[in-house]
Amino acid sequence: MGNKQTIFTDEQLDAYQDCTFFTRKEILRLHGRYHEMAPNVVPMDYTKDPDVKLPMQLIINMPELKENPFKERIVESFSEDGEGSLSFNDFVDMFSVLSEMAPRELKAIYAFKIYDFNTDNFICKADLEKTLNKLTREELTAEEITLVCEKVIEEADMDGDGKLGFADFENMISKAPDFLR
Amino acid sequence: MATEIEAAGIEIDGQVESDTQSEEDEGKEKTSKKQPRRETVRASRLERKKPQRDKEDESKEEHNCPRQNRASRRKTHQKKNGDGKKAEVKERDKKASTKDQKNSENKEKKTNKKGKEGENKQKKGRKNSTSSESSNSFDEESLSEEELAMLMEQVEQRKKLISAMRNKPWRMVKKLSVLREAQAFVEKFEGALGKGKGKKLYAYKMMMAKKWVKFKRDFDNFKTQCIPWEMKIKEVESHFGSSVASYFIFLRWMYGVNLVLFGLIFGLVIIPEVLMGMPYGSMPRKTVPRAEQATAMDFSVLWDFEGYIKYSALFYGYYNNQRTIGWLKYRLPMAYFMVGISVFGYSLMVVIRSMARNANESTADGEDDNFIFSWKMFTSWDYLIGNPETADNKFASITTSFKESIVDEQESNKDENIHLRRFLRVLANILIICCLCGSGYLIYFVVKRSQTFSKMQNVGWYERNEVEIVMSLLGMFCPPLFETIAALENYHPRIGLKWQLGRIFALFLGNLYTFLLALMDDVNEKLDEEDVVKNITRWMLLGHHNSSMGNSSADTPPSLDPADVPRGPCWETTVGIEFVRLTVSDILVTYVTILVGDFIRACFVRFVNYCWCWDLEAGFPSYAEFDISGNVLGLVFNQGMIWMGSFYAPGLVGINVLRLLTSMYFQCWAVMSSNVPHERVFKASKSNNFYMGLLLLILFLSLLPVAYTIMSLPPSFDCGPFSGKKRMYEVIQETIELDFPLFIAKIFSYVANPGLIIPAILLMVLAIYYLNAVSEAYQRANAELKKKMQMQREEDKNKRNNKTNNNSMMQDLEDLLAPSTKIEIYPKQAEGKKIESPDQVIPFGKQGKAEVLNGSPMSGGRRAVLIPPPHLLVTRPPTPGIWAPYSYADKPWPGAHPLGLVPGRGRGHPCYSHAAR
Repeated sequence: MGNKQTIFTDEQLDAYQDCTFFTRKEILRLHGRYHEMAPNVVPMDYTKDPDVKLPMQLIINMPELKENPFKERIVESFSEDGEGSLSFNDFVDMFSVLSEMAPRELKAIYAFKIYDFNTDNFICKADLEKTLNKLTREELTAEEITLVCEKVIEEADMDGDGKLGFADFENMISKAPDFLR
Repeated sequence: MATEIEAAGIEIDGQVESDTQSEEDEGKEKTSKKQPRRETVRASRLERKKPQRDKEDESKEEHNCPRQNRASRRKTHQKKNGDGKKAEVKERDKKASTKDQKNSENKEKKTNKKGKEGENKQKKGRKNSTSSESSNSFDEESLSEEELAMLMEQVEQRKKLISAMRNKPWRMVKKLSVLREAQAFVEKFEGALGKGKGKKLYAYKMMMAKKWVKFKRDFDNFKTQCIPWEMKIKEVESHFGSSVASYFIFLRWMYGVNLVLFGLIFGLVIIPEVLMGMPYGSMPRKTVPRAEQATAMDFSVLWDFEGYIKYSALFYGYYNNQRTIGWLKYRLPMAYFMVGISVFGYSLMVVIRSMARNANESTADGEDDNFIFSWKMFTSWDYLIGNPETADNKFASITTSFKESIVDEQESNKDENIHLRRFLRVLANILIICCLCGSGYLIYFVVKRSQTFSKMQNVGWYERNEVEIVMSLLGMFCPPLFETIAALENYHPRIGLKWQLGRIFALFLGNLYTFLLALMDDVNEKLDEEDVVKNITRWMLLGHHNSSMGNSSADTPPSLDPADVPRGPCWETTVGIEFVRLTVSDILVTYVTILVGDFIRACFVRFVNYCWCWDLEAGFPSYAEFDISGNVLGLVFNQGMIWMGSFYAPGLVGINVLRLLTSMYFQCWAVMSSNVPHERVFKASKSNNFYMGLLLLILFLSLLPVAYTIMSLPPSFDCGPFSGKKRMYEVIQETIELDFPLFIAKIFSYVANPGLIIPAILLMVLAIYYLNAVSEAYQRANAELKKKMQMQREEDKNKRNNKTNNNSMMQDLEDLLAPSTKIEIYPKQAEGKKIESPDQVIPFGKQGKAEVLNGSPMSGGRRAVLIPPPHLLVTRPPTPGIWAPYSYADKPWPGAHPLGLVPGRGRGHPCYSHAAR
C-alpha cells in the first residue's frame, strides 16, 4: 500500500474496484500477470486506456486456466469480440467473475455462457456432449454419453423443450451443493 | 436473442441487488431514503404529467430532460419494468424534439459546474430569458421541490447502481462507462440537494459518507492483507484441491483461537506472577528441592520437564496462594481460577459461533437428488485446480463417478451385491471394534505397568516413556489399518472420510480416557501420600522451631532454607507435566512421521527410481498422499490436550502456539514437496462443520476431567494458588466475602441456593425442549414444502410435456424470461396465450384438421387446453388476415394499462415489438 505506481491513475483504480471484487493491490497484481504474459505488447502505463488485446493462446496457458477443460470457452465468453482475445478490461472481468467473492447469480450467468458452446443461448444436447467429453477426456462410450445427456435433460429441463434454457440452468445450479462450494 | 438473455440476467440481478448491497449503503438509505420514498408517488405523478406539460413548458422540460433521459435509460437497464419502458418510449419522443436544446444545455452545464447556486442562477436566468408562459410561474416553488425529490431519488438510485456495479453481467467497458456516468451525476447533483442550512448539513453528510466508504475500502484492503498464510493456502489448494486446503484453513483458525488463549493466560496469570509475585527461591514451592538440585540443570532432566522447569511459572505448583500480589493488589488466585474458566468459556463460544456460521452458509442441502447427473456435469470440476497431476486425477475421478452413477442408474433395481456389501461393512466394523478394544487394553496395560516402573529405582529411558511411545505408535499405525479395513466398505470418499475420522476419533478418545483414568489413579495415590507428608512437615517445622528456640535466644528463629523443607507430591504439577510431555512427544512424532514417512520416502522414490527393478513412482512405495483425516484428528486431539492441561500447566498454550506456527510452515512445505494429490480427488464440502463438531465434542470431554478435579479434589496443601483451601472453587467465595459488600455476598448465597438452581435448570431444560420442538416443526414444514415443490415440478413437467409440440415458439420466448418475472406477469401471460393461440394454429391448420378428423385422443386433449373450440377454425379460414383484427384489438390493451409490464407485451407480440423498434 502507498507505493507510488504509475500504471493506473487513482480514479481508474477506484473504478476498477467499484466494478470488480478486487482490492487495489489485486488489480495491480492482475496487471502484472497480464503484463508478464506479453511484456513487449502490454504497456506498463494504462492511464490512457491503450487498446491492447492478447490472443487466446497466451491466456489459456496461464497456470490458473491451463488444466481447465473449459479454458477456451471461458476465455471466449469473456472476450468482447467472441474470438478469444482479451483486453485488460476483459481480463479483469474474467477474474472478477471467477473470484470467490462473486455472487452465485453472477457466476450462474457466466457459467451458462461457458457451457453454451454454440452460443445459441440454450444448452442443447450437442453442448452437453461436448461438456461431457471435455470433463471425462472422451473416456465414456457413445451410449454412456447419450444416456448421461438424456438424464441431464430429463432432470433439469423444466419446460420440456429438450434443451436447457437459462431459467432451467439457473434453477438447477442454484440447488447444487458444490456450485460455489 | 443475445440481448434477451442478457436482459434476463439483469433482471435476476436487479432482484438480488438489494440483498447483495453493502450494509453501509442500507444505512445510508435509511437516513436519506425516508423522504424520497414518500415522494416517489409524487415524482411518478410528475412524470406522468410530463407529456402535456412539455408542450407548454419548454424551458422546464429542457432542464429536466438530460436527467430524465439518463434516469429512464438506467431504469431500463436495471428493472425493465413497465415504468422504465414507458419512460423510454417517452424519452424517444422527447429525444427527437429536444435533442438540440439538450446538447446546448449540456455544454452550458459543463461550463459552469458550481453546484446549486450556479445552477439556480442559470435556471432563473433561463426562465427570464426564454419568456416561458406566465401561468407556470406560480408553480415554480412546488415544482422545484418535486424536482428536488426526484433528483434525490435519482441520486440515490445511482448510488445504488454504483454499489451494485460489480454484480452486473456486463462487459467491463460498459461497466466502466456506466459507472463513470453515474459517478459524474452523483458528483454533480449531490450538492444541489437541500437548501440553505440543510444544504450544508447534507453536503457534510455526503462528504462524510464518501469518506466512510473510502475508509471502509482501505480497511478491507488492509484486512485482506492481514489474513495470514492466504497465499500459501491458495497454493496448496491449487495443487491438491479444496479438501487438503480445508485442513490448512482449519489449522489457521486453530492458531487464531490459541493465540487468544495464549494472550489470556500469559497476560493475566503468568506475567503478573513473574513480575509481581515472590521471586524464585523465596519459598519452598518456588525452589528446587535439595535432593534434585545437583541434576536440576541436566538436559535429560529438563527434557522430562523436571528440575528447574518443574519449579517455574509454566506449572501450577509455582504459584503462590497469597491473596493479592504487588502494588496493584492483583488477586492472583482469583485470576488463575477465572482464566481457567474463561479458557473453556471462550473456546466454547468460538466453536459454537463458527459452527452456527458454517451451518448458515451451507444453505442448499445436497440431499435433494433430483439433479444427480446435471450436478455432476456442471459442477464437478474444481476450478481451483492448477496442477496437471491433480487435473489428471480429477478427470479420472469424474469419469469414474459418471460411470458409477450410470451403473447405479442402470442397476438401481437389481442390486445383487447388496448382501455382500452389507456383510463386508459389518465385517469391517467388527474388525475395527476389535482394534479399538485391543488398543484400549494395551494402553491400560502399559499405564499400569508404568505405575510399577515409577516406584522402581533407576529405570531406563524406554520404561519411563513407555506410555507415550505406545500411544504414539498406536496413533501412527491404527489409522492406516483402519483405512485398509475401510477399503472393504467401498463408501464414497467423502463419506469414507467421515467414517475414518469417526473411527480414529474413537481410537484416540479411548486412548485419552484410558490415560486419564490411569492418571486419576496416580492422583489418588498422590493424595494419600500427601497426607503423610503433611504430618511430617508439621512435625518437622515444629521440631525446627523448638530446636532453634532452644539453641539461640534470638527473637526470630533462623528460617529453614526453602530447599530443605519437605514437600508434598503436588499432584497438579504432576498432571501438568504429563500433559506437557504428551504434547511434546506428539509434536515430535508428528514431525518425524512427516520427515520419514513423507520426505525421505519421496526422496527415496524419486532418486532410487533410476536404478531399481520396478517403477517405484507408480508401483509399490510411490509417494505419500496427504492424510487429511489423520492430520485433522491429530490437531483436534492436540487441542483437547491443551484444554485439559492448560489449567495445570499454564505454559502449555505457549508451547501449542509454537507448535501450530511451525507446523503451518512445515506441513505446507512437506505437502508441496513430497506429497501427491489424492487418487480420488473430491471436494471438501461442508466437512468443516464436521471438524468443528469433533472439536466441540473433544472440548466438552476435556472439560469434564478438569471440572471434576476443580469441584471434588482437594488441592495440594503446599503448592499452587489454591493451597490451604479445601476445594479450588472456594477462591470465589473468599473473594465475594472479603472484597464485595455484604449484600452481594447475601445475594450470591441466595442465588447459589439449590432451591433456585434447580428451577433454573428446569427452566433451561424446558427452553431447550421448546426450541427443539420448534426447530423440528420448522424442519417438518421444510420437508413438506420440498415435497410440494417436487410435486409441482413433476406436474409442471407433465403438463408441459403434453403441450410441448403445440406451442414450441411460446416456450422459446418464455425461456428468455427469468423465473422471477414469470410469476409476476403470470395473469398477463395467460391472456397473451389465449389471444395468441389462433396465430399459433395457423401453421398447423390443415394438419390439425386432419388430426381432429382422425379423432386422435392425444391431440384432442392437447388442444382442449389451449385453443378456441374447433368451430372457430372451421368458420374462419386460416388466412393471414386473421392477424389484423387480433393485433389491432390488442393494441389498446397495453395502452389501457399504462404501467403494463413490458416483457409481457414484447413476448406476446413479437411482430409488434419489432415494429416498435
